[in-house]
Amino acid sequence: MTDQNILVMNGNEFTFEPGETILDVARRHSVDIPTLCHLKGATPTGACRICVVEVEGARTLLAACATPAGKNMVIRTESPQVVEARRTILKLMLASGNHNCAARGSDEQDWTAFQLAVEAGDGSNKLCPTWGDCRLQDLAYRYQVDGEGHPGTASPYPLEDVNPMIVRDFSRCILCGRCVQACNEIQVNKAISFGFRGAETKIIAAGDKPLKDSDCVFCGECVQVCPVAALVEKNPRYDVRPWETEQVRTTCTYCGVGCQIHLHVRDNKVVKVTGVEDMAPNYGSLCVKGRFGFDFIHAPDRLTKPLVRKNGQLEETSWEEALDFVADKLGQIKKDHGPNSIGLLTSARVSNEENYVAQKFARAVIKTNNVDHCARL
Amino acid sequence: MTNTVACAEKADVILITGSNTTENHPVISAGVKRAVESGRTKLIVVDPRYIKIAGFADIFMRQNLGSDVAWLNGMMHVIIKEDLYDKDFVAERTEGFEELKASVEKYTPAHVEEISGIPADLLVEAARMYAGAKVASILYCMGITQHTSGTDNVKSLANLAMLCGNLGMPGGGVNPLRGQNNVQGACDMGGLPNVYTAYQAVNSEEVARKMEGAWGVEGVSLELGMKATEMIPAAHDGRLKALYVLGENPLVSDADLNHAEKSLANLELMVVQDLFMTETAEMADVVLPGRCFAEKDGTFSNTERRVQRVRQAVEAPGEAWDDWKIIGEIATRMGYPMSYGNAEEIFEEIRQVTPSYAGITYERIAVEGLHWPCLNEEHPGTPILHSTQFTRGKGMFHAIDWQPPAETADAEYPLYLTTGRVLYQYHTGTMTMRSEGLMDRAPESFVEISPKDAATYGIEDGTRVNIASRRGTINALVKVSHKAVDGTVFIPFHYAHAAANKLTNAALDPVSGIPEFKVCAVKLSAES
Repeated sequence: MTDQNILVMNGNEFTFEPGETILDVARRHSVDIPTLCHLKGATPTGACRICVVEVEGARTLLAACATPAGKNMVIRTESPQVVEARRTILKLMLASGNHNCAARGSDEQDWTAFQLAVEAGDGSNKLCPTWGDCRLQDLAYRYQVDGEGHPGTASPYPLEDVNPMIVRDFSRCILCGRCVQACNEIQVNKAISFGFRGAETKIIAAGDKPLKDSDCVFCGECVQVCPVAALVEKNPRYDVRPWETEQVRTTCTYCGVGCQIHLHVRDNKVVKVTGVEDMAPNYGSLCVKGRFGFDFIHAPDRLTKPLVRKNGQLEETSWEEALDFVADKLGQIKKDHGPNSIGLLTSARVSNEENYVAQKFARAVIKTNNVDHCARL
Repeated sequence: MTNTVACAEKADVILITGSNTTENHPVISAGVKRAVESGRTKLIVVDPRYIKIAGFADIFMRQNLGSDVAWLNGMMHVIIKEDLYDKDFVAERTEGFEELKASVEKYTPAHVEEISGIPADLLVEAARMYAGAKVASILYCMGITQHTSGTDNVKSLANLAMLCGNLGMPGGGVNPLRGQNNVQGACDMGGLPNVYTAYQAVNSEEVARKMEGAWGVEGVSLELGMKATEMIPAAHDGRLKALYVLGENPLVSDADLNHAEKSLANLELMVVQDLFMTETAEMADVVLPGRCFAEKDGTFSNTERRVQRVRQAVEAPGEAWDDWKIIGEIATRMGYPMSYGNAEEIFEEIRQVTPSYAGITYERIAVEGLHWPCLNEEHPGTPILHSTQFTRGKGMFHAIDWQPPAETADAEYPLYLTTGRVLYQYHTGTMTMRSEGLMDRAPESFVEISPKDAATYGIEDGTRVNIASRRGTINALVKVSHKAVDGTVFIPFHYAHAAANKLTNAALDPVSGIPEFKVCAVKLSAES
């Protein structure tokens, strides 16, 4: 039996494939090892160490994301030692930076001073923008820790909000490096990297410039993978809270890749778009148009009523009148000049159902094959 | 695509040509870049501009505009001469090899260099790299098709892939990257003048009778219809009296816009169904408000033939209606009752008359889409085409000779113009130009010109110039860039205020009817 690739995790025997990490084996068997820096599809860095586990015979706790599964390993994923280590890591993270949510804790006086300092840097008196949608906050609750008892350390870097799409808030960055991996290993845009050293460490773009002056293409992969509020979409930043929105799964309307997206909807308005993780063809990735190009949906100049030209001007009218007009006119032209005097341009932008109905209309009702669309353009 | 989006990451070699992948299909480009960075995959890029993906290439070849058949024949010349082709595949799966061999005989690397400007030794290296791969994928886009020789270009790519046996397996294939969310679906649904759904020919009696039966009508036309690019001239000379336009903006997207505008003005009736008052809608007699993707249910079919769900997330503004409902109401008024309760009812009808979609149901694609052909409800879909045989049985090699583009540079119009998209805009900008973020990144049109040409014509970066062709003149901002090759300028076609398509040539590919957007002759002059 010992020749087989078997290990013991929390008292259960699991098989594994050579090359799998402890984390891979755990996930495959639905054992929940928490992660922060781990990014699927990228090289494990072991940077945050929140995924540490106890392995019998090892001198220290090991990062599950970076440790290969080994034969006969005996692993404990939630032992007292492991939990204590995770609590310490979380405490330090909560204590450094502007994590102004309930998870941070603090007695009242200290909180006031802290919150005022956050407001000064942030330009908002609200709680952290990712409150309710934050991996750090989730883990703080899971392990019942707060940042109390640690002196807060402020970030030396001001917030960057000079582009209309992405806000970079270094004061809430935990330096997990997921954004760097997403940019370099998933989207391969190579726009951001770790810069400076020690307490000065910062995620930088193009030798520490704003994103808009770097190689950044605003795909927003970094925003989607950021576990905290260091990278947030600018428009919904303080305006939209996750519990107020409903997510609707659909297909992106731009190019032919057909990326799977979630439209985040509040009050009949699309307020944010994210890529659907773990799903072909895009596996969570999007481009700038898919992620940030949805303003048109609610543009004030959308057409909202049928228009018919009268005395040279397009004038608003009722559906009844517009439809009657079109039907009469098409009928008349068909009668006078034959069906082939009518053409229909259907659309590569509308659905299969609508294309089908459009060509059926041309062929079954008008009786012409003058049907085409802009595939050639 | 014969293969899937994910397939590119399984290729040993990827050949990208006529696709500015990082800007037009960024998510696909990410897969290509990942494959290259991993060291598993080699990349060949052939493009007239030094586009971003070229920076990831092992071999980058810059061809003269409109010389694609020449360099492709050149690669095949080398592959045959050096005996690098897949003899088993050629023998078992193809026909016409001898004719191909004879036709590429004269395309020696030296001869190809004269036509294409690609150095002979580089072409040889690329041919060896492509042929040396166990599995190689070809990705292409409008840079291949938007030529008077577009059909020939595509056939040449197919020749190359068949010659090296690169069809029917994961990581291989000939893969057009489709530029619009549902251009695949619009074609599948018969939004073409020669076919019904699933490419069933309109001039087949049998098909016509079948459709008549399904639709409960008589007397459908067996005559091929007009292509979009033929409708414009037909409107011009009065043969076309009425045009119904659904979600398109030909007055920015068509070639030779001045001519297109005059032609459309000639119509007795133009109906436009759209989201916005587009340039085309402004000329219409009737404008009907449609719904956008976030306001409707339905399906889109992506570039890898995967049929995926679209779901309504928000209510439509005002009195905007589903496009199918609008058309159904008109049909009903014209004496053919067409009333569907919802999109799924239409899809169920599609399945009945569309063999390749017969096995797809909304329920089956609730979580993950299916690739057509999907013949019945037990069929798993077909991610990879042609794995055992081609649609016609054996793959046919086409012997093709290179033809120059319709318009070439001369003393009066000394520069070439090629057109395309930029990352931050989409097609005619109806949607993207309403986004603050996208407009911030790409607010206006520009003409991209090489540093050497800029010096020759005394043009400075950031100034404005007039660009004129035989068909029109526009004014745009100068962007001096190493992306541009000497002798060729690039202008994105999105911007109506400086519409590149006022300059482009409406000369068509004789088979596909695609205009030669990618090549025309222009001259530059400082703004007066």
